[in-house]
Amino acid sequence: MIRAAGVEKSFGPRRVLRGVDVEVQDGETLVIIGGSGCGKSTFLKCVIGLLRPDSGLIEADGLDVTKLKDEMRIADYRRRFGYLFQEGALFDSLSIWENVTFGLRYLTDIPASRYRDIAKDKLALVGLKDIEDMKPAQLSGGMKKRVALARAIAAEPKYILYDEPTTGLDPIMSDIISELILELKKKLGVTAIVVTHDMKSAYKIADRIAMLHEGRVLEAAPPSSIKATKNPYVRQFIEGQSEGPIRMKLKDYDEV
Amino acid sequence: MISRPVERLGSNLLGLAESAGEAALLVQSSVAWLFRSRIEWRQTILQMLRIGVGSFPVTVLTSLFTGMVLALQTGASSKRMLSEPLFIGTIVSFSMVKELGPVMAALVVSGRAGAAIAAELGTMCVTEQTDALYTLGTDPVRYLVIPRVLAFLIVLPVLTILADYAGVLGGCLVAYLKLGIPTSVYWHDVFDYLQNKQFFHGLIKTYAFALCIAYICCYKGLKTTGGAEGVGKSTTSAVVYSMVAVLSVDYFVTAILVALGIT
Repeated sequence: MIRAAGVEKSFGPRRVLRGVDVEVQDGETLVIIGGSGCGKSTFLKCVIGLLRPDSGLIEADGLDVTKLKDEMRIADYRRRFGYLFQEGALFDSLSIWENVTFGLRYLTDIPASRYRDIAKDKLALVGLKDIEDMKPAQLSGGMKKRVALARAIAAEPKYILYDEPTTGLDPIMSDIISELILELKKKLGVTAIVVTHDMKSAYKIADRIAMLHEGRVLEAAPPSSIKATKNPYVRQFIEGQSEGPIRMKLKDYDEV
Repeated sequence: MISRPVERLGSNLLGLAESAGEAALLVQSSVAWLFRSRIEWRQTILQMLRIGVGSFPVTVLTSLFTGMVLALQTGASSKRMLSEPLFIGTIVSFSMVKELGPVMAALVVSGRAGAAIAAELGTMCVTEQTDALYTLGTDPVRYLVIPRVLAFLIVLPVLTILADYAGVLGGCLVAYLKLGIPTSVYWHDVFDYLQNKQFFHGLIKTYAFALCIAYICCYKGLKTTGGAEGVGKSTTSAVVYSMVAVLSVDYFVTAILVALGIT
């Protein structure tokens, strides 16, 4: 189980997270929605220990990452997570199979002689084959995302964090990625937090949807309840209306 | 009126102090990782090849011409003052081995390999590849910095020795072809006076230069923010800072070596 309570994070004078409280049960997929810049990715990076919150606690399996000081212990905490980066973050200088199996050397005791076969299996799991020896630059956006997904699951983590998995993809590829996330949940039984503002994907993959606004969780409920919400902020966001209580800047000098 | 420039100066000094502190923490972290984890030898060899093979032709060429110019200038001055070119081999070899070889090699490597490293790490930073390293069970210091530091420490002395040879050989060419000095006389001038400690004087400096270039370029690369523009800025400042560091560290290391009698 992942539990976050009172998580706050500022960058200089900008308060991004202002007390995030959220729980993710084992086997559950929690989708966090919210406008651009509302702190979704920041929260995800706090969960995996890439950013240290200013206050609050974040526990995974009862271990609070905010209390860990030593790099080795934080690295040990991270072992239970797989992370899918927004742009994939594949290593340009390595081939696809080396990318997929990169973490195995550090996270597992699997002998290197098996890496190539494992890469093949994981790539097959995300619907890719015969690309093991290619370089990331030779792949399309959707393929890169799938390779990144294969890399995130290669060490068979207990938790997977997805940072905008469908952003920048065409609608069909977005749906394919959503299907993959569902399939991985079924096959691997992983617990997941997905950050997205793609509502179609959110409804498809979520067990629960949490709406983040101005650094706080406004509402967390199953997709059916979110669809019928009376909260005007959540309503405006899920319906994609420009008019409503959430006012986003059109120009830098607009007053919000 | 005065407060704005003073404020700017103060903020620049604070920024400089902060950068120096962060760079020192990078050095500390790399030493800690060096002792508690396996060295990434594959990455180290890859970096050695990139730094060494890429910088070899430029280093040798610049040193060859430096040696040639040195012989020509010394020969002309010696002819004017003493009516004949004397001790050309000695002057060229001392200058190359103790000073110009190490400095030329370090400047070429910082301009070529240092820039490439800052740009590569900078790009990795802005595309979240360094964050990905953390999520995959390793650390940018362990996987990126240590192999580069080791590669510089291994390759720069080798390049310096080659630069020394190229410079002395360039001097020999000019001495023979332009100044009419027999090669046997030139090489006698070189080996009659050049001792091991002069060679070590130059070699010891290269280790200090290697550490400066490697850490400055890695630090600048890993601190990159702001997309393509940020990568450009990091690369430029990495080259400028490492070249200035090479020249200033050269003075202090030379002063220490002179004080220790290694001269």
